[in-house]
Amino acid sequence: MIAAVLQRLVQMAFVMFGISVLVFLIFFATPGADPAARLAGRNASPETVQQIRHEFGFDRPLPVQYAIMMKKLFITQDLTSFVNRGEKVVPEILAAAPATLSLVAGAALLWVLGGLFVGVISAATRGSWLDRSLMILALIGISMPVFWLASMANLVTQSAYHDSWAFSWVPELGYTPLTKNPLRWFQGLVIPWLTLATLYVGIYGRVLRANLIETLQEDYIRTARAKGLSETRVLLRHGLRTSLAAFVTMFGLDFGSLVGGAALLTEVLFGINGVGRLTYIALGNLDLPMILASVMYASFFVVGANAVVDILYAVIDPRVRKE
Amino acid sequence: MPAPLLDVSGLRVSFAADGGRSTAIQDVSFNVGAGEVLSIVGESGSGKTLSLLSVLGLIDRRTTFVEGRALFNGRDLFTLPPRELRRIRGAGIALISQDPMTALTPVFTIGDQIAEQILAHEKVSRRAARARAVDLLREVGIPSPEEAVRRFPHQLSGGMRQRAVIAMALSCNPALLIADEPTTALDVTVQAQVLDLLRRLRRDHGSSIVLITHDMGVVAEMADRVMVMYAGRVVEGGTVREIFEDPWHPYSWGLMNSIPPVRGAKPARLVSIPGTPPTPQDIPPGCAFAPRCRLRRPACAAPPPRQEAGGHQALCLIEAAERPGLRAGLWTAEGTAA
Ligand SMILES: Nc1ncnc2c1ncn2[C@@H]1O[C@H](COP(=O)(O)OP(=O)(O)OP(=O)(O)O)[C@@H](O)[C@H]1O
Ligand SMILES: [Mg+2]
Repeated sequence: MIAAVLQRLVQMAFVMFGISVLVFLIFFATPGADPAARLAGRNASPETVQQIRHEFGFDRPLPVQYAIMMKKLFITQDLTSFVNRGEKVVPEILAAAPATLSLVAGAALLWVLGGLFVGVISAATRGSWLDRSLMILALIGISMPVFWLASMANLVTQSAYHDSWAFSWVPELGYTPLTKNPLRWFQGLVIPWLTLATLYVGIYGRVLRANLIETLQEDYIRTARAKGLSETRVLLRHGLRTSLAAFVTMFGLDFGSLVGGAALLTEVLFGINGVGRLTYIALGNLDLPMILASVMYASFFVVGANAVVDILYAVIDPRVRKE
Repeated sequence: MPAPLLDVSGLRVSFAADGGRSTAIQDVSFNVGAGEVLSIVGESGSGKTLSLLSVLGLIDRRTTFVEGRALFNGRDLFTLPPRELRRIRGAGIALISQDPMTALTPVFTIGDQIAEQILAHEKVSRRAARARAVDLLREVGIPSPEEAVRRFPHQLSGGMRQRAVIAMALSCNPALLIADEPTTALDVTVQAQVLDLLRRLRRDHGSSIVLITHDMGVVAEMADRVMVMYAGRVVEGGTVREIFEDPWHPYSWGLMNSIPPVRGAKPARLVSIPGTPPTPQDIPPGCAFAPRCRLRRPACAAPPPRQEAGGHQALCLIEAAERPGLRAGLWTAEGTAA
């Protein structure tokens, strides 16, 4: 088991190396464009471009350029944004990460619980009105665009009903660090959490329902019933555990990409200074160092989350474990 | 005569099909006495599994309709509240289901799954249940049972899995064991061991057994009574002696002819019944076997009468006096055809 985990981690390191090479090549080895000029951003003076060319080694062979870039990203962490007048991008991303992590982790907890609830209840009562209404609700959740839902949530909780007893506790938009004021952190994130989780509760609930219903046709479910177990036990112990594969896979991908910055709409609309919002701003003013760093950061999260998923598989299903 | 342990009468099972219902099981009645082995035989799709799963309520109630009566120890399983039914499942009536490869939950160890059944029915400690699981595995002949309890189903061979399934079925000393083709998936030596095991179970615990099988050899070896099913109906029933020495129904004759003779010259090839059994949707209104029957008559288009003598019964209009001649004629006809 431990050997398998180690093997997976080594594999992960290789994948990350591959990604870093690929990202580097896409950004700096595309023919016909001067990487130094691109790094410098719009309206940079020729001197700046010249200085960047020298500093990043763009007059030297590609492997050297790659090594310098990686050193600046991971070792000295002094890759600077030229658009933003010398802001160091790595510390900036690291500073933004807790906000994103807070947003995504809380939403993830909600959508996992919500998805399990919807999926299990629907599968257990399949064909009933309860199942049908839950599925319709899930479909509504899936089809509401995040930006619309977030704007509506803001409209209701920040302006229209902000003074009513129901929403007066909602603080102004923005993120308060957990370490600074835990209550405020929580209050500020409740609405963003709910907004972000809505879509995923719908998707996860529907997928889990389908998988559970399929599992319930299996012979071993019949065996479990023939043993005299209660219906709840059959469903939760024998059915659910073997139906979680798709659920876990999706969770790994979604969680990884959201932490990596895919929650940018939610972050922007709720004024949370997270990684997604940083990327969004960087894209707006072609801040290449920032874009580079945030792409790397995002891909590492996706790869990492997938490795965790593989390990989770082994925990859930003994058939996956290597002897 | 004491009341039978399980008494099923007028069982009818139908499925919701597009635009109506298709009836898969029609008018099936049988009973199993204490300590008795009843064997159910018939081709694939004749409804053997479905009848017994319906008795245990293990079918999907949303799509399957079960009518009739199934008395177990005098209580009707079809009207019992779910709680009471659960108490009988696993403890009073245990099921060894058809395919050992898929009958166990893949993510739990063998020991877990056996202990779970014991704990569902008896107030014993987890540790005691676990110890009993080890004993049971030893009893069914699994080598090093202390280790086998910690194994997952996929780590055992087919034969070992089947034994584990049997061990689980035996765990609460059921009064009735339903064994659905317990040996089909196994090779010959393991088959013999499993049959031995079932025999021992009956001898040591006095359990009754319903043994579903395709294999007439197994029937001859194990059963007290036999029920022959075809297209969801009981076409013939009686003691093993009656069925083997004096079968009444042309379908049973076909089944008998498919057994290789133990002594004497072997026929050039085993004679099988031509054609395939009907699916529930296209069972003919008269005799279900008529389309495949060499002795078909115009009268077979009407529902056949049930003939009875003592405990022996058959669903066919051929009279007792005609049988020997017709059956012999069938042999010669097939002899020339071969
Ligand atoms: N859920 C279902 N819906 C529709 N038809 C079904 C369903 N379950 C079983 N049947 C049909 O009922 C008939 C009886 O099936 P059953 O499994 O009892 O046969 P069997 O005698 O056990 O065959 P085998 O020897 O292959 O196990 C078959 O024709 C099958 O197609
Ligand atoms: Mg069957």
